[in-house]
Amino acid sequence: MKSFTYERPSTLSAAVQSAQRPGAKFIAGGTNLLDLMKLQIEAPIHLIDISRLGMNTIERTADGGLRIGAMVRNSDLAQDAQVRTNYGVLSRALLSGASGQLRNLATTGGNLLQRTRCSYFYDLSRPCNKRAPGSGCSALGGFNRMNAILGVGGSGAEAPKAGARRAIYASLFIRLIWRWRCARLTQKWKRSEPKASRG
Amino acid sequence: MNDEFTNEAEELLQDRVTMTRRQAIKVTALTGAAIAAAQFGVLAAGLPKPLPIPANTANASMPAPADIAPQLMAVELQINGKAHSLTLDTRTTLLDTLRESLGLTGTKKGCDHGQCGACTVLIDGRRANACLALAVMLDGTEITTIEGLSKGDQLHPMQQAFLTHDGFQCGYCTPGQICSSVGMLNEAAAGMHSHVTSDLSLTQVTLTDDEIRERMSGNLCRCSAYPNIVNAIREVSKATSGVQS
Repeated sequence: MKSFTYERPSTLSAAVQSAQRPGAKFIAGGTNLLDLMKLQIEAPIHLIDISRLGMNTIERTADGGLRIGAMVRNSDLAQDAQVRTNYGVLSRALLSGASGQLRNLATTGGNLLQRTRCSYFYDLSRPCNKRAPGSGCSALGGFNRMNAILGVGGSGAEAPKAGARRAIYASLFIRLIWRWRCARLTQKWKRSEPKASRG
Repeated sequence: MNDEFTNEAEELLQDRVTMTRRQAIKVTALTGAAIAAAQFGVLAAGLPKPLPIPANTANASMPAPADIAPQLMAVELQINGKAHSLTLDTRTTLLDTLRESLGLTGTKKGCDHGQCGACTVLIDGRRANACLALAVMLDGTEITTIEGLSKGDQLHPMQQAFLTHDGFQCGYCTPGQICSSVGMLNEAAAGMHSHVTSDLSLTQVTLTDDEIRERMSGNLCRCSAYPNIVNAIREVSKATSGVQS
């Protein structure tokens, strides 16, 4: 891991101000960012800890929706009474991802900003458009049975705002569908598994 | 280089009367490394160089500010009810702090990427992977490790249950399994459901074997001691909740 300076600002505006520094990144749960920093795929030189700035409530909105704070932990969101009652698929999706330990650390904001799981993104010896825009996509001709979208280049910063937003919605939708499918498959597999081999 | 190794090994050997298992392993490893290094020195000249990484795969999506020097910071950590004032490199994870700075080696390092659960501890009563938590971020939180579960010689009920049911083989994953199961029982007592809970509207959870397996799926055991781990957790869960499963 590369060295970095660490700061825990006491207000949101101070955090936003600090984010202007070159090489700065926000950290909250850290389950994705620290993992990538250990592999030096991410190498921020300044970390801004936003985990204690509030933004951890789940509120009903006037138009009947739900407003979820970016710092709400995955486990808290999955267990929220309103989510359990009215948004069961969200609760199920959250609980089918990661482990109990990770869900206790991971936040909603971080979950939406999670980097791709493509194995080529993690492989520093291979080209990857997500990691190094313009270098190429190794998944196109490589092992890609785990991938859903191929060959998308560039970074969010380069895309127009609406495009980036659409991409985030699309990726969230795909992630939800994917988790739901995984959950279904797991249940199927569990049902079909002979009782004797169960650990 | 070889002298350094053998000197350290000799220093450790002189303390052999009070040597712990950890020190004995260190002496053996250092001696082996010294011998291997001596042999390798002769051969190293002929070895091929590692393949260079292609230049175009570097991370260009981020601005690449110059590397900075290691940053030290003062941190106050509450571990097992005791306050510790430490000065740490900002990069230090909770796991490395426990093991390297505080000598609390009960918490184990497995994958160091949050996948195996060997490093599970309780942060403010909630189970978490110590390898994916920066120590500087935990200022002021209450951390409980495997060393903090027992009261003196009196084992925590979960520790005792793992012994009674032989819930381990090599034992490396055990501290993580035990801390995780303690945190898991708290979650179940608070009515948290899991992926295999059939009815999301239930506020009381019955810990069936399927529930225990799913909720403990963040803790891997390479020896596959799972059946006995489930037995141990089931016993404690029944004793504490009175729920029949």
